[in-house]
Amino acid sequence: MLGEGMLKGMAETAKNFVGSFFSAKRLTTVQYPEERIAPFEAARVFPFLVYDAKNPADPADWLVGMRCVACQICEKECPPKCIFIEKSKDKKPDALGKQQFYPARFDIDISVCMSCQICVEVCPFEAIKMDTEFELSTDDRFGGLLLDREQLAKSNEYYHQIHATEAAAVDDHLAEGKVKAEAKTTAVAIAGAIRGAEVPPPAKPAETPAADAASEASAARTAPVTKTAKRPTGAGN
Amino acid sequence: MTEFNSHSATVAEMQESPRSEHWNRPAHIEPSGDGELLEVAMGPHHPSTHGVFRMDVALDGERVIRLRPVFGYLHRNHEKIAEGVSYLASMPYTDRLDYICPITNNWAYALAVEKLTGQAVPERAEYLRVILGELTRFQNHASSIGFLIQEMGASGTPLMYAFREREKILDLFEKLTGARMMVNYMRFGGCRVDASPAWMNVARKTVAGLTEFADEFERLLTSNEILMARTQGVGILKPELAVNAGVTGPMLRASGVNYDIRKVDNYGIYDRFDFRVPLGDHGDVYDRFMIRTLEMRESIKILQQALKDIPDGPIMDPKAKIRGFRPKPGEAYGRIEAPKGELGFYLISDGGPSPYRYRIRPPSLINLTILEDMCLGQNVADVVLIFGSVDIVLGEVDR
Repeated sequence: MLGEGMLKGMAETAKNFVGSFFSAKRLTTVQYPEERIAPFEAARVFPFLVYDAKNPADPADWLVGMRCVACQICEKECPPKCIFIEKSKDKKPDALGKQQFYPARFDIDISVCMSCQICVEVCPFEAIKMDTEFELSTDDRFGGLLLDREQLAKSNEYYHQIHATEAAAVDDHLAEGKVKAEAKTTAVAIAGAIRGAEVPPPAKPAETPAADAASEASAARTAPVTKTAKRPTGAGN
Repeated sequence: MTEFNSHSATVAEMQESPRSEHWNRPAHIEPSGDGELLEVAMGPHHPSTHGVFRMDVALDGERVIRLRPVFGYLHRNHEKIAEGVSYLASMPYTDRLDYICPITNNWAYALAVEKLTGQAVPERAEYLRVILGELTRFQNHASSIGFLIQEMGASGTPLMYAFREREKILDLFEKLTGARMMVNYMRFGGCRVDASPAWMNVARKTVAGLTEFADEFERLLTSNEILMARTQGVGILKPELAVNAGVTGPMLRASGVNYDIRKVDNYGIYDRFDFRVPLGDHGDVYDRFMIRTLEMRESIKILQQALKDIPDGPIMDPKAKIRGFRPKPGEAYGRIEAPKGELGFYLISDGGPSPYRYRIRPPSLINLTILEDMCLGQNVADVVLIFGSVDIVLGEVDR
């Protein structure tokens, strides 16, 4: 019969129309912005820099606890080249307690960033992670979208809030690294003590940590592959 | 030309195709010959053009005498950019080719690089690729049918039905990869993140719901008389022309040519799954619509098998490099059956950190080249329809 197929289709739309008054399955939208759906744990928008809060009263706490050591790997690997880093002249202790450089300038142009999270993947220091904040509109096209290091710095607690599983895995990984680093320094100290008993101590002991840190940084630059491959990025989904 | 094997079946075989000869019209109408032509520029801001695309159409009354496709408005220099950045850095750019199906773009690129380096992919990663690839195919076909019907004038309803389902699939993508569309998921030698058991459960539930949706969608559309009247006998593509023009994907199969790269190449692990390749027998817009509907069913079949069989294990070859990736000099062409046709990446490596040559074979662009042949002699209103049935994404056409 001509028109049968049309009636069949219209019965389908009628079913859906009536269903939208009764069935919760048919209500597929929410009234944004009054109602919001919580973002998924794996969701990613733009990167931010993680810092370990040490003294919340200190206004420069974000800089003291910043994990970034300005190794500039993310700057090199970023596909649209939206990261700008300047290395500091002096050093401060990093997350593992080693003396490291820190970013004197760390800018991300989020009008260029394409949220690919390659910076997160290549970072050997667990310093840069993806945020879930997406309501970032501003009336300043250039300055407002060029985030500096202070705007980018978010605490580790915040990271735990937005990516709980992933952050827990990262904390474990860092704790492991810290234990290893401590074991290494103890071993070095013991070896030094033994050597010290035999021969006079070296003339310039202040340079040893710096050289150590530099060699560490260069090692990270040349061969961080195994490190990154093992890292449990985005374990939670 | 038309070969059939045990894996393929025509539309008529697979389903009672509700085709009424009553609505068929002659495929080609002779020009009236009074010599007066009207030239119309459809696009680049025409609502039917799926983006910025222009068709310069010469009309004799209502009939199309000449059609010239003009593309390039969305050119973003993708291939040249890829020759300047590392292999890994091109991966997120491939998401932006055919932005309806980013997973398959990732897959084709990863496959090409894996061919170049001889990199093996772990079992579980192959399964994850198939699962995500077939989900992509499903949502692409659903939304492309929705767009096709919208171009017929049914503004909204079928498209919203398709998008409701697409939303569930995009939620799955976001849960796993972190992004709805710009997934950046595959890596050379595996995938970026593993799927948790919770994700697998949600995926199984979603796939179970897809059958229901396919039933609903078919009840809504396939036997609709208006749809048949508008699409049957319109925009016929002969199999000889389709093969000669290099047309691939649902377009080619709607013309009756049995060519599916999943069957021909058996890339990945597609030889393990039991599925059939639907073939059309008229090569008109209705067949293209029907092929997509049936392929959605086949995708569900593959998804069910893959979700049942997926093994545990690593998702990334531990020896695979992420940074400092420098393949040996050589060349490779990796191709997959993307939802729109054969998507291939051709790479030449000179041993450096970025490819010497990076070339994409986009299905949308090549399927679009025979637009004029399909449109000649048709009414101008059908041009929109024929164009919609090609199923293109301008991000891929212009790159």
